[in-house]
Amino acid sequence: MSNGLKKRIVKEIKVDLDKCIGCRACEMACSGFHAVPKFSSTNPARSRIRVIIEDRKDVYVPVRAGDYAQAECNCRNSYVINGKEYSECSFCTVSCSTRDLFKDPDSGLPLKCDMCADDPTLPEPMCVQVCCCDALTYVEREEEGENEVGPRGEIEVGLESLVNRFGIDKVVDLVSQLSKTK
Amino acid sequence: MRYAETGFDLEIDLSRGSIDRVETDPELSRLHLGGQGTAAKILWDRVPPEVDPLDPENLLIFSTGLLQSTPVPGANRTAVDTFSPQTGFYSHSLFGGFFGPELKYAGYDKIIFRGKASDLVYLWINNDKVEIRDASHLRGKGAQETALILKEEVGEPNAQVAAIGIAGENRVYMASIEHANSSASRGVGVIMGDKRIKAIIVRGTKDVNVAQPKELAEISIPMYRKMYDNKDCGDSMAHGEGDAFHVDNFAWGNARTRRSEFFSKEMENDWLSLEDKLRQRWTGCHNCPKDCHQAIKYPGRMPYFQKCYSKLTYAMGAFGDLDFDYNIIGITQEYGMDAYSTPQTIAFAIELYEAGILTDKDLPDFPGPDGETVEGYKVNEARFFYLVERIARREGIGDVLANGIYAAARQIGNGAEAYDHNTIKKFEQVPIKLGYVNFPYFLMYATGEKMNITQIEGSFPQAPIADKAERAEFVKNWDAAPERFKKWFMEWEPRQNPSLEASVHICDWNETMHYVDDAIGTCAFLSSFRGQFGGRPPYHIYNLPAFITHATGIEFDTDGLWEVARRNRNLIRALNVRRGLSRVDEKPPANHWKKREPETEQKLLDMYYEFKGWNNDGIPTKETLDKLGLEYVSNDFIQRGILPECEGDQS
Ligand code: SF4
Ligand code: SF4
Ligand code: SF4
Ligand code: SF4
Repeated sequence: MSNGLKKRIVKEIKVDLDKCIGCRACEMACSGFHAVPKFSSTNPARSRIRVIIEDRKDVYVPVRAGDYAQAECNCRNSYVINGKEYSECSFCTVSCSTRDLFKDPDSGLPLKCDMCADDPTLPEPMCVQVCCCDALTYVEREEEGENEVGPRGEIEVGLESLVNRFGIDKVVDLVSQLSKTK
Repeated sequence: MRYAETGFDLEIDLSRGSIDRVETDPELSRLHLGGQGTAAKILWDRVPPEVDPLDPENLLIFSTGLLQSTPVPGANRTAVDTFSPQTGFYSHSLFGGFFGPELKYAGYDKIIFRGKASDLVYLWINNDKVEIRDASHLRGKGAQETALILKEEVGEPNAQVAAIGIAGENRVYMASIEHANSSASRGVGVIMGDKRIKAIIVRGTKDVNVAQPKELAEISIPMYRKMYDNKDCGDSMAHGEGDAFHVDNFAWGNARTRRSEFFSKEMENDWLSLEDKLRQRWTGCHNCPKDCHQAIKYPGRMPYFQKCYSKLTYAMGAFGDLDFDYNIIGITQEYGMDAYSTPQTIAFAIELYEAGILTDKDLPDFPGPDGETVEGYKVNEARFFYLVERIARREGIGDVLANGIYAAARQIGNGAEAYDHNTIKKFEQVPIKLGYVNFPYFLMYATGEKMNITQIEGSFPQAPIADKAERAEFVKNWDAAPERFKKWFMEWEPRQNPSLEASVHICDWNETMHYVDDAIGTCAFLSSFRGQFGGRPPYHIYNLPAFITHATGIEFDTDGLWEVARRNRNLIRALNVRRGLSRVDEKPPANHWKKREPETEQKLLDMYYEFKGWNNDGIPTKETLDKLGLEYVSNDFIQRGILPECEGDQS
């Protein structure tokens, strides 16, 4: 590829806030799909998509878990859309220290949407499959762009948060210990 | 490991302030499933008939359905069970939304309240941490206002709240329990208030496990799309079908007047466009693809959710219009009042006033006289606003009306009893007055224990299909129906009653499906209530066993499921029999139909009792009870002299 650009598939989940009925089926499907074995348990607190609902304000915002951040951001946004006020953090995908979303309820480790990566590949991500009213829709398109590194996996994100919490030395020690015993 | 359920109940003694997490017997799930079924067992064991519903020893039980919080879509109904001071009998209500699922994720299948707090409290359940907290700052607050305050107070925007309004606080018999987009009515809010529980707030972040995940997911995931595409499930009457069904067929005022000429196409369009204006969105309940609940923003009112036919109950009770109804629900839902019983009680009071039985002395400054408008409202609408305030606060005549129509009529006296013409077992019924007695409906009304016909009817179609070919087509793909009903439906001609035998079975099948739903938590709009319109409910007696088996790991087939429903039905009947229920109570309002067939009706009742294995006073026989493993009930009946010592002389 002479120009250094490469075609890549961009996967996108479109969110239409007006169509969301607040049923939380997406949370159920996501947490079920990521249970081991698959669907052996459900627990919305483990879901990588959460629907932020403030029902008296007509606020319904499905948000998928993005990156982990060690600390809260220093400049939060709040939005008013069509006269409706959305609380700060409503649209934020970050697993950050200020919220209990997107953290595993047992380990506290951050959760991140992996687009339901699986073998064989799902026709559509689980959350989209169960969202019949099309509040969530799945689009794939080709884009030309820098051949960049793929999205960071769960292990990387999890490890990084452990490093942040306990320091690199402790984590390295533990990993070498584990590698001896396992 | 326990599957589908957590295996733990939360026992709260409000008098002592104690909180216990109690492991439950897994055998009970096999016998009763969960929800209403296991709640009935607890009520039987722990609330003898000597306990008055307003005694501290009465229990108030919130039960998750067995399939709640599993991947099975649309299983979100929470049952509330207790004994009612209005009827003296078992009181049962269901609500949807998100409360039950959250409770299960917190690690509990049920909350069982006993005793009474000395002052208003709320219960805060945060997984394993459970606290009874002072709620005096919430006194007088609206139900949803309370929810908002509590979520803020505990700092958990994702928590779920069930709360009472002032009606419950004031022990109004038609008080409801309000939660998110749903409410529980039919006599449970008064007990919550009597126990001084303003609210329950729950947050849960634990797993709920299922036994056979692969098999369960395989049948559950496709259900979302099936339900979504199925026009014959969900609340289609709330949703797009328009209001003609209720407006034309239900009675107005104090359940007397049909206005079949009233509703024009133009009016219907006006109403639909008013709704479009007031509605912010349609919403669903937990894990369900349907969207039966309208989020309503009425000027000057707290935003609220409207469901079922409540958008017309006040309007029709007041001979008012849709705008009035949406206006007044904005108040009554915050006060926490049952949208069926409340408007009927008010319409009853207005009739008494018009008849001179209630006077200006009872109703000082009552809006009127007829024909005037009061501050832009029709007179009766203004009277509704007036009476809602009196009843919710038990002020003046409101204190009497708050006991429900049956008791109020007797307290008022002076001929008021004649105006109590639409109650069964002392409970207000849906205002329906029809022409000719309908056999299956006669049985459902007479023998039902869930107090409202919508909780009993629903699997067999309400009306026959005239065209034979269409009829055959309908029957061909009628997966929900046991074979015998296909034959009976084929034989059913317009303006006829099904045969007596068919009528008995229709009543049995209809109620059976509700007993199944109310134990496993599936919504009636996806199951027991929906077969009657269109015959294609997503859940039915043939496909539900697989869902239950895969979720719980307990083997169920259709017969097994039917047997559990029968066990629960008999146990609930036993609760009421022990409180004095007998054949004399089992009758629809005298004027429910213009033309009756008294002899045939009594014959029907005989046949139904016999079919059910009950004696001719409607009491389950020892043989019936013992076959269902309810020996402890038959023993109790014999001890109490309800059943004779020797099976032979039962009659
Ligand atoms: S499944 Fe769709 S409609 Fe339901 S809460 Fe999630 S995004 Fe909203
Ligand atoms: S959740 Fe809120 S505080 Fe945290 S990163 Fe996002 S916007 Fe900032
Ligand atoms: S795409 Fe998959 S992992 Fe991501 S939120 Fe949806 S269900 Fe969860
Ligand atoms: S069918 Fe309607 S009422 Fe029933 S659970 Fe679904 S959204 Fe709620």
